[in-house]
Amino acid sequence: MYRSHVLVCGGTGCTSSGSQHIIEALNTEIEKNGLKDEVQVVKTGCFGLCALGPIMIIYPEGTFYSMVKPDDIPEIVSEHLLKGRIVSRLVYKETVTDDGIKSLNDTNFYKKQHRVALRNCGVINPENIEEYIGTGGYEALGKVLTEMTPEQVIQTILDSGLRGRGGGGFPTGLKWKLARNIVPDADQKYVCCNADEGDPGAFMDRSVLEGDPHVVLEAMAIAGYAIGASQGYIYVRAEYPIAVKRLEIAIRQAREYGLLGKDIFGTGFDFDIGLRLGAGAFVCGEETALMTSIEGNRGEPRPRPPFPAEKGLFQKPTILNNVETYANVPQIILNGPEWFASMGTEKSKGTKVFALGGKINNTGLVEVPMGTTLRTVIEEIGGGIPNGKKFKAAQTGGPSGGCIPAEHYDIEIDYDNLIAIGSMMGSGGLIVMDEDNCMVDIAKFFLEFTVDESCGKCTPCRIGTKRLYELLDKITKGNGTLEDIDKIERLCYYIKENSLCGLGQTAPNPVLSTLRYFRDEYIAHVVDKKCPAGVCRSLLQYYIDPDKCRGCTLCARQCPANAISGTVKNPHVIDTAKCIKCGACMEKCKFGAISKK
Amino acid sequence: MGKKTSTIPFNGTPEQEAKLREIISAHKADKGALMPVLQQAQEVYGYLPIEVQEIIAKEMDIPLEKIYGVVTFYSQFSLNPKGKYTISVCLGTACYVKGSGDIFNKISEVLGIKGGETTPDGKFSLVDCRCIGACGLAPVMTVNDDVYGRLTVDEIAGILEKYQD
Repeated sequence: MYRSHVLVCGGTGCTSSGSQHIIEALNTEIEKNGLKDEVQVVKTGCFGLCALGPIMIIYPEGTFYSMVKPDDIPEIVSEHLLKGRIVSRLVYKETVTDDGIKSLNDTNFYKKQHRVALRNCGVINPENIEEYIGTGGYEALGKVLTEMTPEQVIQTILDSGLRGRGGGGFPTGLKWKLARNIVPDADQKYVCCNADEGDPGAFMDRSVLEGDPHVVLEAMAIAGYAIGASQGYIYVRAEYPIAVKRLEIAIRQAREYGLLGKDIFGTGFDFDIGLRLGAGAFVCGEETALMTSIEGNRGEPRPRPPFPAEKGLFQKPTILNNVETYANVPQIILNGPEWFASMGTEKSKGTKVFALGGKINNTGLVEVPMGTTLRTVIEEIGGGIPNGKKFKAAQTGGPSGGCIPAEHYDIEIDYDNLIAIGSMMGSGGLIVMDEDNCMVDIAKFFLEFTVDESCGKCTPCRIGTKRLYELLDKITKGNGTLEDIDKIERLCYYIKENSLCGLGQTAPNPVLSTLRYFRDEYIAHVVDKKCPAGVCRSLLQYYIDPDKCRGCTLCARQCPANAISGTVKNPHVIDTAKCIKCGACMEKCKFGAISKK
Repeated sequence: MGKKTSTIPFNGTPEQEAKLREIISAHKADKGALMPVLQQAQEVYGYLPIEVQEIIAKEMDIPLEKIYGVVTFYSQFSLNPKGKYTISVCLGTACYVKGSGDIFNKISEVLGIKGGETTPDGKFSLVDCRCIGACGLAPVMTVNDDVYGRLTVDEIAGILEKYQD
């Protein structure tokens, strides 16, 4: 028994900001102060508030230290852990009140959240199976194997209303039912987990894998029992080394405990899981491409039908679910489908994890009931937009999704509402943009991504996205015409309707949705040859304010194109014809005299 | 994606080849073993020159053109040796809206190489990557295993200087 537990986030965000050094410093100091038998340091998964990393919580008090540096550790150990005095200058500011320190759960970031999929993230040590079991882990698998028929399991998932969290929102129970029934006499079936989280800016699956890997293993075994499969595969991005390592540990431990392998719980049910690493191809997040990749081929999609429920991996009936979807399954089994269905909206049940990124104060991971408004997520939980800037749009669904403009700030987020306004849930990346982001540039950014990631198998996607990108590029360079905008729209619908797989079918969405809500910005680029947000370089002009310029000559010396002239102590002038718009002058000016417009 | 065969002479050692053969025989029985074999082979050699692909083709009895097809499909596989330090700048959405494009351009300018290239002295390779998931630290870049977050363009020169050995 330990009297204190120090939880340090070991997720990717905090590891990147140096949490490993914090853990080392903690262990050294604890040893030095003779507290080794009283205080335990636990490396957990993600707490969600990545912007404040490295993060550390000390229990039983629940004190939340943020942005901790190794130099702070001696003080925290000698003051807090030895003498019981909280080091308030290092505590997360919002938890400090006049009456002392309030609980983390009462802070704006956490109080509106409801954690189901992220239940254990930041709570348990993901590298120790006993901590997972200690919080009810593998109970659902036990219940399923000993008390339920496969049909009952499927019915439970169907009744819960759980829909795929990877993007499309297909009912999970239905997917399982099809895989169980469509080829009843199949000699082999497979359960796959899509952990190829390629949507840039989404990292909820990674956090689940890093913070609670066993929940995925348990859910896959439950799915295996439900559809009659004995083998599972997790296809995980190689770019997530921590997640891969924790999965390897989890699989090994589960096998040692007899929770994977032969005759699980003595019921005669066999199930094992193999790990397959992706190699950096976005298209492999598409279900048929993912399976083709596991088979050891170029990850190109296959036409459907046949659907994977009939002919999937190695031509056998297969189900593929996303990490977050699986993370809900054991809780649904234990708490019942009614419990799950009581959360959310009519057609979107449960909770959804969002990765908040971009121009938002609390970048990180949040889990909220479906139907929470965008405003609540951004303003209350996310802490609003930094530097007093105005909200312009939120982008959901990554390269397949669209943007939500300010006029829909009060939209209740669920699958169907997002589709209705031309965006989509996607995996849950939510990138916030302010008035300094150019929507044409954002559309071009996503197109550049799809052009790069198009596998090249079908023409509409391979050539169509390239042409679309070129048209957008032309506009951002100031050479576009109104006719180009019409061409863009026609091309978008052509690509949507004719591409083979989801990548191509959804690739035009970022363009269509920015055109829908920010057409005036496109027009400004085309007609006025201006970029209202001041992003598109070719359309910018740098300008020196003669009232602010002190004539220090620094800018003139920095300018690589010799475009700035002027004499000492007199205002300088930029020759816009010579200016290459590199911004070096603006960066160096100490008086804020240079602006772009 | 323009991937050409490496012009740099292949310098594989017998130890590396023995290791490669070991990897192949360990995976031979697995279904769909080609990807794991290629990934581990790249760990051994640092890249996947045609010579290595030929060994894999022969040992696994898979046509060389299929192996070449797989290698060129995935962005993680490289036909060219990488520099001593690989700088990878995240151009994922969260980093991009926070200005990682400028960071990338600055590094490219300082090193005089484009994305996917290596400096002539073999010291630095520059690549763009899609989201390493440290969006809270955006914009982010990594130099081998070191992570640099909340970057500004001004910091680039100082960071690169740390790797002058």
